[in-house]
Amino acid sequence: MFRYILRRLLQMVLAFFGTTLIVYALTFAGQGDPIQALAGERPVTPAQRAYLTEKYNLDQTGVGGFFYRYFDYVKDLLQGNLGESLTGRSIGDILQQAWPVTVRLALIALAVAIIFGVTAGVLAGIRRASIFDNSTLVLTLLVLGIPTIVLAPLAQYFLGVKWQLFPPTAGSDPTFYALLLPGIVLGSLSLATALRLTRASVAENLRADYVRTARSKGLVKRRIVIVHVLRNSLIPVVTFLGVELGNLMSGAIITEGVFNIPGVGFNLFRGIRTEDGPLVVGIVSVLVVVYLVSNLVVDVLYAVLDPRIRYE
Amino acid sequence: MRVRRLAAWTALPLAVTLGLAACGSGGDGGSGGSDSSAVSIQIAEPKHLVPTNTTETSGAQVLTGLFSPLVDYDAQNKPYEVAAQSITSSDNKVWTIKLKDGFTFHNGEKVTSEDYINAWNYGAYAPNGQDSNFFFEKIAGYADLQGKAPKAKEMSGLKKVDDLTFTATLSEPYIDFKTTLGYTAFYPMPDAAFSAPGVLKDSYEQAPIGQGPFKMKGTWQHDSKIDVERYDAYPGEKPKVKNIEFRIYQQLTAAYADVLADNLDVLPTIPTESLSTAPTDLGDRYRTSPMSSFQFLAFPTFDKDYSNPDVRKAISMAIDRDEITKSVFKGSQTSARSFVSPVLPGYRENTAGKAGEFNPTEAKKLYQAAGGPSKIVISYNGDGGHKDWVDATVNQLKANLGVDAVGSAEPKFADLLTKVEKKTPVGAFRMGWVMDYPTMEDYLGPLYSTNGSSNYYGYSNPEFDKLVKEGSAAKTQDEAIAKYQQAEDLLAKDMPVIPLRFGENVFGHSSKVKNVEMDLFQRVNLVKIEAAS
Repeated sequence: MFRYILRRLLQMVLAFFGTTLIVYALTFAGQGDPIQALAGERPVTPAQRAYLTEKYNLDQTGVGGFFYRYFDYVKDLLQGNLGESLTGRSIGDILQQAWPVTVRLALIALAVAIIFGVTAGVLAGIRRASIFDNSTLVLTLLVLGIPTIVLAPLAQYFLGVKWQLFPPTAGSDPTFYALLLPGIVLGSLSLATALRLTRASVAENLRADYVRTARSKGLVKRRIVIVHVLRNSLIPVVTFLGVELGNLMSGAIITEGVFNIPGVGFNLFRGIRTEDGPLVVGIVSVLVVVYLVSNLVVDVLYAVLDPRIRYE
Repeated sequence: MRVRRLAAWTALPLAVTLGLAACGSGGDGGSGGSDSSAVSIQIAEPKHLVPTNTTETSGAQVLTGLFSPLVDYDAQNKPYEVAAQSITSSDNKVWTIKLKDGFTFHNGEKVTSEDYINAWNYGAYAPNGQDSNFFFEKIAGYADLQGKAPKAKEMSGLKKVDDLTFTATLSEPYIDFKTTLGYTAFYPMPDAAFSAPGVLKDSYEQAPIGQGPFKMKGTWQHDSKIDVERYDAYPGEKPKVKNIEFRIYQQLTAAYADVLADNLDVLPTIPTESLSTAPTDLGDRYRTSPMSSFQFLAFPTFDKDYSNPDVRKAISMAIDRDEITKSVFKGSQTSARSFVSPVLPGYRENTAGKAGEFNPTEAKKLYQAAGGPSKIVISYNGDGGHKDWVDATVNQLKANLGVDAVGSAEPKFADLLTKVEKKTPVGAFRMGWVMDYPTMEDYLGPLYSTNGSSNYYGYSNPEFDKLVKEGSAAKTQDEAIAKYQQAEDLLAKDMPVIPLRFGENVFGHSSKVKNVEMDLFQRVNLVKIEAAS
């Protein structure tokens, strides 16, 4: 087990540098003129161009210049310094502010997905072909079909503006209540997938031999479902939710924009829009770490759920 | 069982560290206490909050509260003194600026002429990389502060006379110098802003100290808000509200939803998506007022397809401006047939003359006679909401000129400009202009002079350059305006660009405020705004 985790951690280091290199290359390859982008629609004065070129090492061009900047970046990164965005703010500070609110949002979304998705999935799995099962299937189909970019403004308009059940936007230091609506919107997509995964898995496991054995031993149905079926059915769901956590962090771009939550997605969106290469790379590097760690947690959790899985 | 427990113990701390690392710094971000009495105004995250480094509207909006300008503009857009007692010159070259007594910075420091000189020198010194650097170029000695290793750190044209008086000597006479002094770049900065002479403190930008009607309350909370409160020692006109919260939004649609729910008080720009529903949504809280923006279509005059002025005139005559402002912009912009904005002294209607009139038959005849290209491309930046009107324009050109026409989107305006600068054929391209200060020169000089900073179309007419220069050097305003108008007439003859639309402020406010006014620079008047009781 220890050896397994150690090996995974070493792999993570490799994966981290590989992904950041690719992201760095892509970000800077697709970039037009970052200095002009920074200045917006105004002409850039030569003095300012010289100042910014020097500050961001933009005078190093070509492949050599790329690696020069990349190694410069990695060197800073190893010292825990994410560098400065093109607007001159420390990316570390930006992330420190953006992180907590995004994590809260993602956790609410995840909780929504688990509480409603898994519960409804189990119920639907047990009562296959019932009215409940069919109606949840139709509902999830509907939710999966509506993209967040439609769902979020609709929810904001009806629940926030029209009926005033929730505040229409959350702001930077939101209460739990203010984050609830964006959390539900964000979680609805994973909710639908989690529901369908659970349902299929539960339905399949209900037909398994061990369930029949348990039933013939005279175990109560509730105990069979909760202890035996659910635990075995959760493996695909946990895999999905683990990866989804990473998705929720980065995928909050639209939701955070619509509900004005200055989190990670909000900053990533701004970085992309203003061609702020350092900011994009900085955020993505951190997101890569989140993905890697949540994947590791998922893999280790398998062993908890199913004792037959062993790591050597 | 052993393996399972071990796994649980490993997974738990991993999950907890992940969560803790994430939440560790939480909570300290923006718990400044929400003051319900504060009036809230939407802004975007400012790029900078240093006077000499702020060129966009959001930063300028905050700075108008924190600072008091030397001059402001009256209803006719003529400058009048605010922080200045008088600004005079006998030859338009040496300007004497006398400050009003009684102004103090928010830290208690008295405002002196040195605070202006220091701030301006800081802005003009090229290695400081200030966005407003070029606003000081008319002052003598500016050139010595440019380049990588400038010769001087201070402009020779700025001289202190006494604590409340200083002189600014220009390199050439410039009649509108007093008007330019209303711009953000010309605010003073206190001694407390500098850690050493000419070196700005890093922390200054997080809580700028000004001499205006409002002072900072806490620091700039990035991506979240900027709180200011009334500065009681301000000697000028006192604001009606005690606190203002500049709330930062990434998307206008979110702010719009907040205004509808009375959660935000002022939204200076209604998002394009909501323009058609806003008048009914907001009722009499939907407002419009004049603004200085000017949208036009520019031609690469160096491209032989468009080098004939008749081709450009024909294209202009084939565009039904009124139809587009009505159908695409829902009346939130007005048709333009002149080269300077109607808000300016010296504006005349229809200076483009016949070329500004919609006349498809005449246009087609002229276009064919002048041998215009068989395909017209209009390039625009895809990120600015220009697609709709470009498509409408293209369709009109197709129908009225009988040519093929397409719109071509570039990802960003910067990409478009880079292409134009490299003379890549992009066809005609959209441009926009918002004035820095209300003078005709600000519309003519940078856009059409041979060396104009925004002359991307290679237009060069020595006669035009001469007239603008003579206008700047004129003795009286009337004389200057006459020269500028002659220059504008040359533009109507040559048509390097065709005017399309003048903008308007289209804004909305909640039911909790009244007397919401906006100026020509898209800024809310912070002194006039009141809470509705």
